[in-house]
Amino acid sequence: MELLRFATGPADASGPLRKTMTTSLTHLQRLEAEAIHIMREVVAEAERPVMLYSVGKDSAVMLHLARKAFYPSPPPFPLLHVDTTWKFQEMYRLRDQMAKDSGMELLVYQNPEAKARGINPFDHGALHTDMWKTEGLKQALDQWQFDSAFGGARRDEEKSRAKERIFSFRTTSHGWDPKNQRPELWNVYNARKHKGESIRVFPISNWTELDVWQYIQLEDIPIVPLYFAAPRPTVERDGMLLMVDDDRFPLAPGEVPQMRSIRFRTLGCYPLTGAVESTAATLSEVIQETLLTTTSERQGRAIDKDAGGAGMELKKQQGYF
Amino acid sequence: MSDTYVTDTLIAEDIDAYLVQHQHKDMLRFITCGSVDDGKSTLIGRLLYDSKMIFEDQLAALEDASKVSGTQGQDIDFALLVDGLAAEREQGITIDVAYRFFNTEKRKFIVADCPGHEQYTRNMVTGASSADAAVILIDARKGVLVQTRRHTYLCHLLGIRHLVLAVNKLDLVGYDQVVFDAIVADYVNFAQAIGISEFTAIPISGFKGDNITSLSPHTPWYSGPTLIEHLEQVEIDGTREAGQAFRMPVQWVNRPNLDFRGFAGLIASGTVKQGDAVRILPAGTTSTISRIVTLDGDLDEAQAGQSVTLCLADEVDCSRGNVIAAASAPPEVADQFEASLVWMSDEALIPGRGYWLKLATQSVSATVKPPKYAINVNTLEHLAVKTLELNAIGVVELTTDKPLVFEPYAQSRTLGGFILIDKLTNATVAAGLINFSLRRAQNVHWQALDVSREAHAAMKHQQPAVLWFTGFSGSGKSTIANLVEKRLHALGHHTFLLDGDNVRHGLNKDLGFTETDRIENIRRVGEVTKLMSDAGLIVLTAFISPFAAERDMVRAMVPPGEFVEVFVDTPLAEAERRDVKGLYKKARAGTLKNFTGIDSPYEVPLRPELRVDTTSESPEAAAERIVDYILGARSEAWMPTI
Repeated sequence: MELLRFATGPADASGPLRKTMTTSLTHLQRLEAEAIHIMREVVAEAERPVMLYSVGKDSAVMLHLARKAFYPSPPPFPLLHVDTTWKFQEMYRLRDQMAKDSGMELLVYQNPEAKARGINPFDHGALHTDMWKTEGLKQALDQWQFDSAFGGARRDEEKSRAKERIFSFRTTSHGWDPKNQRPELWNVYNARKHKGESIRVFPISNWTELDVWQYIQLEDIPIVPLYFAAPRPTVERDGMLLMVDDDRFPLAPGEVPQMRSIRFRTLGCYPLTGAVESTAATLSEVIQETLLTTTSERQGRAIDKDAGGAGMELKKQQGYF
Repeated sequence: MSDTYVTDTLIAEDIDAYLVQHQHKDMLRFITCGSVDDGKSTLIGRLLYDSKMIFEDQLAALEDASKVSGTQGQDIDFALLVDGLAAEREQGITIDVAYRFFNTEKRKFIVADCPGHEQYTRNMVTGASSADAAVILIDARKGVLVQTRRHTYLCHLLGIRHLVLAVNKLDLVGYDQVVFDAIVADYVNFAQAIGISEFTAIPISGFKGDNITSLSPHTPWYSGPTLIEHLEQVEIDGTREAGQAFRMPVQWVNRPNLDFRGFAGLIASGTVKQGDAVRILPAGTTSTISRIVTLDGDLDEAQAGQSVTLCLADEVDCSRGNVIAAASAPPEVADQFEASLVWMSDEALIPGRGYWLKLATQSVSATVKPPKYAINVNTLEHLAVKTLELNAIGVVELTTDKPLVFEPYAQSRTLGGFILIDKLTNATVAAGLINFSLRRAQNVHWQALDVSREAHAAMKHQQPAVLWFTGFSGSGKSTIANLVEKRLHALGHHTFLLDGDNVRHGLNKDLGFTETDRIENIRRVGEVTKLMSDAGLIVLTAFISPFAAERDMVRAMVPPGEFVEVFVDTPLAEAERRDVKGLYKKARAGTLKNFTGIDSPYEVPLRPELRVDTTSESPEAAAERIVDYILGARSEAWMPTI
């Protein structure tokens, strides 16, 4: 019997296969290949796939990966933007530009009930996210009968996301059952489902915030200019720095927005997205700031703080992405 | 972490230099596993904390949560950081795998924190299936436990080649070397018994941080690597696979226009260059690589781990599920295998039932024989079993309806690992690992027949059909089938009626009425039916055939449109009232077991081609309608049922 070796120092420094002609792939090369593989599996097995496109940096990376996965064909699915009508103006501009450049169909959905009732982030609090985003998404998926939807969520964002599968199964009412997820072996994905059920697929699950930034830099991917610092009109609300992006922002009597050099780490509805004061105007500077910061990316988001630390999980069970 | 300062300085002073360094890091995927409460989550919390992957707002939230539901008194409970589900924090246990990320100067890491409870084995296997290394934790106070063995066994089974035995909570035993050595000695015995030839043992305290990133002053007797040092230099599997023969399972055929046809896939092993000779499996045709296409331009060469699109020099047949491989060293093709299975469903394995099998990009129907044995992972005993229950590990033989391109799992995770999917619920019910093929498909060429099934049918001036009557015992299947056959015969057609009772007196007299035997009964009848329809006959069968999966199995055996499911829909109460053969009476009295409708289920056909309601339609009228359908409507108005 061969002697066991333990605690004797480097285990793999030598070995016949250590030196081969090939060089080992970098982590970004592996993550890129994994994401492309996932997208192709969905296209091969799903009946009606769609890509959720939120115009943020993660969506930008996901769209870029889709173009790589299917080149020289354009990605064989449409982009879907579940719009709340409260995004930053610069987001709408980039959205339309990217749809044009990629040659993909862009579907925009606005929940008609939320529109009719004038639901907005100033007067309706949590109801705003619930009706425009969660309900809007469910209605859009039902209306176009999409059975698989790509999302740009990452496991490093939030603790319930860290537990979610890459192929995340949803019931006919779009619910997620975190206690009963399908096993997911190797990179063999089970995409089978009954009529009415759907799958949310997260191709960049294993990417970190730093990976996303570095990939954007290396691949020269266009992103919304709001990620870079510039002087912008701001007001303070509940300890958050908000940007006054249009004249719908209710100011207190006599209140005048202050010009501050700010940028955003994540982008959502402008009245709900906190800015950080910054002078980082290039990608390198943004990455530097990200690495040296002491707070997490989602810290500026109101959604994670509901329901005693289980905010995101609860929202996902109700059908949120 | 000892190098944190250096890294921070570099980030602050020369971000571009840092980014270049970071960009060239490779990536190791590892898991932490072991028994409940051995400190897996705490260790991961420690790794994240030490590599500064925990932000201030997260730390503040963690401190608050630790006071409310922590298990470490006033100290920070790192486990709360990793247990991300509400149910987990409530119960203080890990249910599902959590994926966490950190990096050091040398490497980026993805760590999957696996649950320790046996109940959640399928989640542990999910995490382990894609890992290059495993850190198996042991509580120094408890030593090697059942779950330590179970997880070690599973890690080895799943082909994780780098095992680290982290003897944890050493602070609680006074950093005693005697305790450490005794645990290692105990583990060596088990490891050797299951064929593990190498592992690395490290004494640690995840809670206190001993030997995690720097050698601890409390263990002067230990001179090996720290946990992080070790993980920084473990060989990554992708690197090993790059040195093997070229294989790429085809995911998708890219056809933007008539001038381009590319085959998209993730290279499983080896390298490929323009001009390389390749073979397309299972067909075995050969061609050469003309282009390796990517959005960033054509490549001269690509290697394992890359997603590419390959173009071939010849117009050969190639589609999803095929494997493009080095022409000189192609993988095997077979349709019968011995495999190890980890059963993951609450519903036990049903031998003989058809399951979907997915291996790389190939999807086929497979049936599993009764297990050769199951393994008691604690004692390593081989247990005689009839089935595999939830979390059981066993060795089985299985048969696929189409040949699979494969390699033994020990050689290739991609071409040797598969999942089984329940055809009705769509649940993933098992993870499978191919050990070897039982016979090569190349050796069982179908006898090429000069007189084709079309020729047989043409001679008889009819279109073959399978009329499959299903329904409760006493529903009237045989009566109606008889009338239909008489009528077809009178009209000059060539028919044959297979009846449940008759078949059981001959062909299937070795079978009883258990679920497994009933499935085998139908499988054999299906095969006979298929041969008879190949001969050009219109075949009628009258079997209760209670399970949808088996009816669908026979449907899949014959060409589309030839299978006509006739649901003889007599309510159970009515069939029991008639009780032509007196069987219901016996079943009710308990002298007849496994009787459909009484103590065995009947799955109602959801989309039968024809349905006969015997309470409102006479057998003669039903027979007439069925004959009309077979001879007229079917051939004109037949639509595929989806």
